[in-house]
Amino acid sequence: MLTSQEQEHLQQVAREIRKNIMIMLNRAGSGHPGGSLSLVEILTALYFHVINVDPHHPAWEKRDRLVLSKGHAAPVLYGVLAKKGFFPAEELYNLRKLGSILQGHPDMKLVPGVEISTGSLGQGLSVANGMALAARTDGADWRTYAVLGDGEIQEGQIWEAAMTSAHYRLGNLTAFLDYNSMQIDGRIEEVMSPLPVAEKWKAFGWEVIEIEGHDYNAIIDAVEKSRRDTERPTMIIAATVKGKGISFMEEQVDWHGKAPSAEELEQGLKDLGYQQKEEVT
Amino acid sequence: MKATRDAYGEALLELGEKNKEVMVLDADLSKSTKSAKFAEHYPSRFFNMGISEADMIGTAAGLATAGKIPFASTFAVFAVGRVYDQIRNSVAYPRLNVKIAGSHGGITVGEDGASHQGLEDLALARVLPNMVVICPADGGEAYRATLEAAKWEGPVYLRLGRPKVPEVIPADTSFKIGKGMELNQGEDLTLVSTGFMTGIALEAVEELVREGVRARVVHLHTLKPLDEELIIKAAKETGLLVTLEEHSIIGGLGSAVAEVVSENSPAVVRRLGMPDCFGESGSPEELLDKYGLSVEKVSKKVKQLAGEVKHA
Repeated sequence: MLTSQEQEHLQQVAREIRKNIMIMLNRAGSGHPGGSLSLVEILTALYFHVINVDPHHPAWEKRDRLVLSKGHAAPVLYGVLAKKGFFPAEELYNLRKLGSILQGHPDMKLVPGVEISTGSLGQGLSVANGMALAARTDGADWRTYAVLGDGEIQEGQIWEAAMTSAHYRLGNLTAFLDYNSMQIDGRIEEVMSPLPVAEKWKAFGWEVIEIEGHDYNAIIDAVEKSRRDTERPTMIIAATVKGKGISFMEEQVDWHGKAPSAEELEQGLKDLGYQQKEEVT
Repeated sequence: MKATRDAYGEALLELGEKNKEVMVLDADLSKSTKSAKFAEHYPSRFFNMGISEADMIGTAAGLATAGKIPFASTFAVFAVGRVYDQIRNSVAYPRLNVKIAGSHGGITVGEDGASHQGLEDLALARVLPNMVVICPADGGEAYRATLEAAKWEGPVYLRLGRPKVPEVIPADTSFKIGKGMELNQGEDLTLVSTGFMTGIALEAVEELVREGVRARVVHLHTLKPLDEELIIKAAKETGLLVTLEEHSIIGGLGSAVAEVVSENSPAVVRRLGMPDCFGESGSPEELLDKYGLSVEKVSKKVKQLAGEVKHA
């Protein structure tokens, strides 16, 4: 359990990251707010309470690794990495701009702290398996985390990778499923149902933990539990709200891949409790 | 006589001993790709991924991010085409140190037929930024190429073959990625070849000499980066380049040579290889003959081309 002070700190960080997501997307004029906002608590909890990284030494060999397999959620990853100190927050204004390190989808060669370039869905879990296998081969105790989208698990490669994680008993791998129930063309069960989700991962040999994905204690408890199972990979199925925290974006499919206008940004900042024009922080 | 895939398997053994960062992956074809020997000797650094090539490439990418040098092996037909997007986005774009070995390249796969004859892999690999594309001529060269691929920092596609082929490159030749070689002198025309077709080219040269045609053989074991200088030199000195590859005439060696020649030193280029069609079942010899890639067919065709160009 987090102390109330720790919890307040995470909430404060998450609020700023949501603000930054809204501002950077408004400046960029395009991008993916819905699936970025649904991940704010998960990535905040991971980067500010769980995983071991050093912003001053991004290539430190013993760091934990995080793979954002759903690469279109780049804004939340960039927001978290900037907040963590991997690069100056002002860079967020350059999202998707010519010459920026912040490409539309994460580029590991450009952004300190990005462990693998992603964007084409379905590939990140395989990469995370490779990382986890490397750590195990070296007898290293750093851990690999992967974050998948729920629509993304329609990709066949995910299930190839799911087999691999279990086959090679990657107990040093913890994955999150951002279960916000929506993809570009509608609700996941209407577009191409991956249900039942938990049963599938269990059947593939994973430890499965189902949580509410905006609850810090639940996120952190689940990660701790996943660490105790050293023989099986863990899938934390996190029920989330797409567009979480912004009144007009919540559970709205149309906000999967669209940037807020100036007026919408203003409304969004109000929703987050900001009273005036804000800068990225 | 040795198959390039056998040499690959042997080179992996040497790498396994010398460099503990070398890891090998296979997709249920380790006995055919010859990665099985590595698996036997270094089981903790071998991962059989089952019949899941896409996952194999992604896993190799993950290993590479952590400083490993993974060699992912499968048939050429699956190694590139089947997993193109995985190679593009998880390997080539982030320029990860992943080596992809495609054995059973080309028509000499033989009896398995069109579904298993990779005839487009060189074209597909060549168009990817950051990708090195190597197609060795014989066992010795395949061995040296595998060792050099391990030293190269970045993605490499290594195309290997199924049948045993004669040793045609002198064993003491050093292998330098991107550096082609002139295997003989000849002023009438140049045969530009890759892979085991270089052996066919050398035999064809002997036939041609008897017909009074002096052909040069330029062997390009690396399609990318391409040895443009050597191609331009041959274009200037001989005026006619005939390319030879066990691959579609679209997008592979023939196209690469035509691109260089047309932009730098216009000369006549003719491409021999698989025409724009799929293969079929048959013995390697029958297939090479049917598609015009046997020694006899090549020398006949080249002689005809030499005559046409001379009289044009």
